[in-house]
Amino acid sequence: MSTLIDGLSLGAIYALIALGYTMVYGIAKMLNFAHGDVIMVGAYTVFTTLMMGNGIWAKILAVVVTVVVCTVLGVCVEKCAYRPLRGASPLAVLITAIGVSYLLQGVAQISFGAKSHPVDFTIKGSVGGINYHTIVTLIVATVIMVSLTLFVNFTRTGRAMVAVSEDRAAAQLMGVNVNRIIMLTFAIGSALAACASLFYLMQIPSVSPTLGSMPGIKAFTAAVIGGIGSIPGAMIGGVVLGVIEKLALSIPVIAPYTTAIEFSFLIIVLLVKPTGLLGKKRREKV
Amino acid sequence: MALLEVKDLEVCYGLIKAVKGVSFEVNEGEIVSLIGANGAGKTTIMHALNGIIPKSAGSVTLGGTDITGTAAHKLITMGMAQVPEGRRIFQELTVFDNLKLGYFCKKDKEEFNTKIEEMYSYFPILKERSKQIAGTLSGGEQQMLAMSRALMSSPKLLLLDEPSMGLSPLYVSTIFDMIKTVNASGTTVLLVEQNAKKALSIAHRAYVLDLGRITKTGTGTELLNDESVRAAYLGG
Repeated sequence: MSTLIDGLSLGAIYALIALGYTMVYGIAKMLNFAHGDVIMVGAYTVFTTLMMGNGIWAKILAVVVTVVVCTVLGVCVEKCAYRPLRGASPLAVLITAIGVSYLLQGVAQISFGAKSHPVDFTIKGSVGGINYHTIVTLIVATVIMVSLTLFVNFTRTGRAMVAVSEDRAAAQLMGVNVNRIIMLTFAIGSALAACASLFYLMQIPSVSPTLGSMPGIKAFTAAVIGGIGSIPGAMIGGVVLGVIEKLALSIPVIAPYTTAIEFSFLIIVLLVKPTGLLGKKRREKV
Repeated sequence: MALLEVKDLEVCYGLIKAVKGVSFEVNEGEIVSLIGANGAGKTTIMHALNGIIPKSAGSVTLGGTDITGTAAHKLITMGMAQVPEGRRIFQELTVFDNLKLGYFCKKDKEEFNTKIEEMYSYFPILKERSKQIAGTLSGGEQQMLAMSRALMSSPKLLLLDEPSMGLSPLYVSTIFDMIKTVNASGTTVLLVEQNAKKALSIAHRAYVLDLGRITKTGTGTELLNDESVRAAYLGG
């Protein structure tokens, strides 16, 4: 039971990150491989903020600062690195994203060194064998995901996002400012990554320059499992992957093969359903 | 004064010049048709007008304002709406949401309700299907939706790109009747069509486009009776 809840909570973290991948892919039609490193920047922001103090107020300040820093970072990266390449070949954009990823890791390494540093950001204590931080993660992540779903489905801007993801030119004809929508998507994706970095630090209390790669890749896997471009898909993919990971880790015999099992699951899903669980097949138009 | 004035428009795809210095105008209250064969540059002109593809040379003014370099998403707020080629409705959204996006550039809730009722009265089938996913509509219904979506913003000028494409003759008549109705209620229409006979029959004036140049112009009736136009586009 506690394993399942741990899995759901880890899955919620993956889902938050996966949402960033899937929304950016759906709307800007690009794979933002620097997304994982936004988590890393978020974690270092917490680390830096907590150097000034470690009380409850410092932690609350760290939450706010991290969300702001990551959101601004996401928007800047989009504006400086990706926007000039609008209309360029997808490969050029992909390579740029990988470049941004290395740039962020490099800057972190120069500023803080390659070693990992401990960060005390967790909420101590547990109830019935379940840690408080697990419960907090689950509740907050659920609230975030429900709000996002409501935002996308029921607001004017949310509908414009769906329209852009389906047909950019037609959305422009309706008066939708596509650049603004793409920027907003990066802002939301990065803010979600910031939240993910906070929850991640509660579970694994240390920071290092490559901290973002593994959760980044896992979340990308989750997004593909759920069907890239699909928002509920990313949520389901993330949760499924998190549960698989925690279940595998809880059985001693197969625990060492956990990562292999997760990625094999991706391969199996793609063999059975190449578009992912909730992915849509693009209709061929005549 | 002309509502839309296009001067010496040139559009290139890489090294290939698809539109080679086209000038035409659309006066307020008119239906103007651009007709021509495949590859004449009709759709290219449409895309260039709405800013989806860049213009290489020339100028475009709308109601006296220069819109040559205006961003695509601003044109609808200036009163120019378009029904793109191939309809391009939002397949995964409901009929209602499609219409709502047609009103995206405005925010008046009351006017929105009036407009949507107006569209439903033009095409009652859309009201019946308002909660349905637009991708499940038939081709003709999708064209009705695309037209209604463009009309939601009460445009001064409506650009129609191949509205008859892929439709059964019955739907073609419905759509062309609708174009006349819309025009009669004060909307100026620029119509690009391969179905030259239909297009000329409702047009006040028309331009014949061939290989990126305008080769002929006249009233709809004149061109319908013109020998060379008949031979080239109307099947003799």
